[in-house]
Amino acid sequence: MTSSTYRSPVNDDPTLDISLVVNGRPVEASVSPRLLLSDFLRHHLGLTGTHVGCEHGVCGACTVHIDGRAARSCLTLAVQLDGATVRTVEDLEGPDGSLSPVQAAFRDCHGLQCGFCTPGFLMSVTALLDEDPDVADASDAEIRERIAGNLCRCTGYQGIVAATRQAAETLRDAKEQADGTTQG
Amino acid sequence: MKPSRFEYVLPRSIEEAVAARVEHADTVVLSGGQSLVPTLNFRLSNPEAVIDLRLVPGLDDVRVEGEWIHVGGRTRQRDLELDDAVHAANPLIRETLHHVAHPVIRNRGTVGGSIAHADPSAELPCLLLCLDGEVVAHGPSGARTIDAQDLFEFILSTTLEPDEILTEVRFPVLPERTGWCFTEFARRHGDFALAGVAATLTLADDGTIAWGQLAACGVTTTPVRLVAVEDALLDDAADPSRFREIAALAADVVTVPDDESCSSAYRRDLLVGLVERALRTSWQRATERATARTSREVTS
Repeated sequence: MTSSTYRSPVNDDPTLDISLVVNGRPVEASVSPRLLLSDFLRHHLGLTGTHVGCEHGVCGACTVHIDGRAARSCLTLAVQLDGATVRTVEDLEGPDGSLSPVQAAFRDCHGLQCGFCTPGFLMSVTALLDEDPDVADASDAEIRERIAGNLCRCTGYQGIVAATRQAAETLRDAKEQADGTTQG
Repeated sequence: MKPSRFEYVLPRSIEEAVAARVEHADTVVLSGGQSLVPTLNFRLSNPEAVIDLRLVPGLDDVRVEGEWIHVGGRTRQRDLELDDAVHAANPLIRETLHHVAHPVIRNRGTVGGSIAHADPSAELPCLLLCLDGEVVAHGPSGARTIDAQDLFEFILSTTLEPDEILTEVRFPVLPERTGWCFTEFARRHGDFALAGVAATLTLADDGTIAWGQLAACGVTTTPVRLVAVEDALLDDAADPSRFREIAALAADVVTVPDDESCSSAYRRDLLVGLVERALRTSWQRATERATARTSREVTS
């Protein structure tokens, strides 16, 4: 159980108690109603992998999973998350520290340069591939459209599109292998 | 900490939510937050109280009943998009939702929230107006139904009273022998469109055009029905060979002046092009549906 005692030095807002699950761990905290989830994750929980870019839902850098679905943490108040389950980029790696298939694909395909947008891309692409394993067969144009909610100002997206396709293929191969083992 | 200070109200029933609307002078309703929270973050909106609807029961029910699709106001846009029963009852809804922002935004954004927000460029208000839909609003004296035609008043402004809350959105089931289309043009996928058009086109038994319903977004202070186009479609001589000249009648609804994205003249041309495309697609789909129906009847 993690308990947050962080208080912003610049305000004395009344606070509300919330309890939620973040990356598999129960968390309890007292937060101001106007605290954004993005700032709660970064300042209260020290989960600074979630990046804050535009703060109005355009850039996608702050994307996390809320109750299993990708969402903008800058467009959500922390108090709305009472009872919810949140997953951030810190939870993608395996227990042994190995990269997830999506993380590995971004590294292999040069899907990042400065890295600022990367956590948001990793969370969006992870959710996309959970929902739709057939992305491996999609055209580049379709993949670009599917990831259009995240902005990257370095790469020109070629590496990100390639990484998304590679991760989709890896996940599909793994699933086919698992299905084959079960049936065999 | 970006929004200015507000009181957070978490009602457990619609009555409690309405009471909070009455009690505070200046309230906003938090449904999905995808339009509201940006305005809070930038302090464009500095309400006294934020009323979060997330614990009010029954606001995310979706059901198809007779001629109507009932959608609870807090229904996530993504849930409506993925609902196969809704898609079977009216395929224009899913087609329109595919144009609403990005999937990540639709995961949180709600149907009622977008309609109550009434952005003149938004797709869902345009869809509601095209289909002659309606909404249910709860206020201190109970519930009332508002036709889409009477709902949208100005930019971000509806005829909902300050003490009312939108609780349900109703879309009609698509009639038989009817084709549909939603099309828009945006500079980047997922952005608000420079212009968008929702259309349905219904055929008579002899395969000619019986009537059409069209609405546009992004072209004036509210979503707007394209009445001149609809009137021209009622003409006996209306057929696909005349779609281009009929579409040209839409141009006069554009009131958005030249802005940083495009000139007013460009927007007029764009709208006409989108209307023509929407008519052709709707015609083709209506013909396919009418043919499929006839062949089913012959088979049975």
